[in-house]
Amino acid sequence: MEWINAYHQSKKALLIIIFLIFGTFILNLSTGIMPLSLSEIIQTFLGNGTANQELVLYQLRLPRMIIALLIGAGLAVSGAILQGLSRNALADPGILGINAGAGLAVVLFIFVFKQAGTTGVVSPFALPVFAFIGALTVALLIYSLSFKGGVDPGRLLLIGIGFNALCGALLIIIQLKMDPRDFQQATIWLTGSIWGTQWRYVNALLPWIIVLLPFAFFKAKTMNLLQLSDPVPYALGMNVERERRILLLLAAALAGACVAVGGGISFLGLLAPHLARRLTGPNFYSLLPASALIGMLILLFSDFVGKNLLAPADIPVGIVISVIGAPYLIYMLLTKRGNGVKA
Amino acid sequence: MSILSKTSKTRSFLSKNGHPGRWMIAGLCGVLVSLIFSIGLGAVWIPPSIILDSLTSFTPDLIEHQLIHEVRIPRALTAALVGAALAVAGTLMQGLTRNPLADPSIIGITQGSALFIAIALAFFTNLSYWLLLGWSFMGAALGAILVLLFSVVSKEQLSPVTLTLAGAALSMLFSSLSTGIALYYQVSQDLSFWFAGGLSGAKWIHVYILFPTVIAGLAIAFIMSRSLTTLTMGDDIATGLGHSLHLVRWLSLAAVVLLSGTAVSIAGAIGFIGLVVPHIVRSLVGVDYRYILPLSAILGSFLLVVADIGARMINPPFETPVGAITALIGVPFFLYLARVKGRSM
Repeated sequence: MEWINAYHQSKKALLIIIFLIFGTFILNLSTGIMPLSLSEIIQTFLGNGTANQELVLYQLRLPRMIIALLIGAGLAVSGAILQGLSRNALADPGILGINAGAGLAVVLFIFVFKQAGTTGVVSPFALPVFAFIGALTVALLIYSLSFKGGVDPGRLLLIGIGFNALCGALLIIIQLKMDPRDFQQATIWLTGSIWGTQWRYVNALLPWIIVLLPFAFFKAKTMNLLQLSDPVPYALGMNVERERRILLLLAAALAGACVAVGGGISFLGLLAPHLARRLTGPNFYSLLPASALIGMLILLFSDFVGKNLLAPADIPVGIVISVIGAPYLIYMLLTKRGNGVKA
Repeated sequence: MSILSKTSKTRSFLSKNGHPGRWMIAGLCGVLVSLIFSIGLGAVWIPPSIILDSLTSFTPDLIEHQLIHEVRIPRALTAALVGAALAVAGTLMQGLTRNPLADPSIIGITQGSALFIAIALAFFTNLSYWLLLGWSFMGAALGAILVLLFSVVSKEQLSPVTLTLAGAALSMLFSSLSTGIALYYQVSQDLSFWFAGGLSGAKWIHVYILFPTVIAGLAIAFIMSRSLTTLTMGDDIATGLGHSLHLVRWLSLAAVVLLSGTAVSIAGAIGFIGLVVPHIVRSLVGVDYRYILPLSAILGSFLLVVADIGARMINPPFETPVGAITALIGVPFFLYLARVKGRSM
């Protein structure tokens, strides 16, 4: 019932976002080194395109766009969960060190196997798993270190920032041991760039998102209750600490899988839930789907900007999002919207 | 009444716990010993007797004397001065923002410097050393002013958690921008030096730049140490006691920019010295900034000289980035602080 109510309340906003996503998707498909018009795209989808057009569309652009959609949704929902969990509107998997943990695991993995000379092992299916392990490890460490007769949201955030710095330092040690080309690649990747643009990366990422996103939606009621001060959910018979653990794992898993394919994109998990809250209010029933959709839209749009602004150079999408995200953050701080989660 | 009791409590705390003079003498001895080790340790171990020889009767023909004069001494002195600069900058920031977690590397000052250095490297070739230093200053100033704006402009007091988060976000923005610039203009290898932090290229010119800067920064800080102490008791009390808050804030900010700007332009992004040192010092000598500031400088020197020795010794003949070492020491400390004080924030 709650779902239907939430849907009716936010129907208009969600439909507008879906429409915008569709428009940006088409825009993104048609631009690039080889421009395609809308009719050419439709012709190609109908099977009447040239071999080149089919190659560009099916093998290059379509998988990249789909990956952008998946990552956008995953990171945005991860951010929404973390903000709800910490009751702080500034939380984000990037700021909390979860992205860095995933990045550290992946860079370590690549570095070790490169040393061993078995690059074939670095398969797209192994990367999300390793990123997941890294993200999970950091999430568990953050959780257990901030546990002191219950998890205080403020402490959770500060410990997360500490781990972000720690992972950053370890990453620098490893990166400086790499040869210049790997160094460059690792830098691009850590900044956040959709690098796996083949169908097999879609196949690697899709199961994670398909399983985890509905699970997050399923937890909407729990998250609504967690927004109240602790005695209330306790009184309602909820195991608050257990739910917090589950949600933290969920956020880490989502961020880990996304970072494996999209790199350390920060600010998306911060921005999307905020805009969603403005559109649909603080109810997680409508907030989570709206965050997912806005995340998709932001990432698609940033990818479009990064691809075309300084073409043929490809600006990593993480940088574009930082440039959009930071002014918003400053605005939030100066209007004191950063202090409470309900802003 | 409450003010009075607070002051008397402070006094008793000082008289019971603090022997600032003794701590300072002990600290200076520590710095001296660490400097001797820093000069002696390396690919070749040089015993103190030869170090003394090279100082009293320098013979240019001896390779060891050359090594001591051209490589080891400037490096040790640079480490000491950079450590002092970062520690005092951190102490000032913590006092100004009343945030026990403020550190130039956590709240974006260091990354601001790195961003401007990236811009300078990308757009100007053959930049003179002094110009690079100027760019680094501007970056540090930008980061510091933004962070201080957050804590001053926002009408209700920003909580340390929010301020730290804002700083973390600012750091991320700055570093992703500098990564972008570095990638596009292909200077990322050059820039990686600043991100890692290192003292391996230290020369006499760095000592000549750092020495007056650190003295000037310390002098500004010391002139305002009384006002800083009252500032930590809250705006109302400080104003009531006749201190001009704006003047104190702007002058301290100038000192922070001067110190961290120079330090970053020379040694790169060395974090956590400015976080760890003020806490240790406060636990040693109490809350009076007239003692906190000089002892911070001494302890900062000691810590960075030791960390730099570690950077050379951990994985010889390769250098481990000293910024990574200070992070490995500093992060557990940060975590401890966050754990102990997290609830009160």
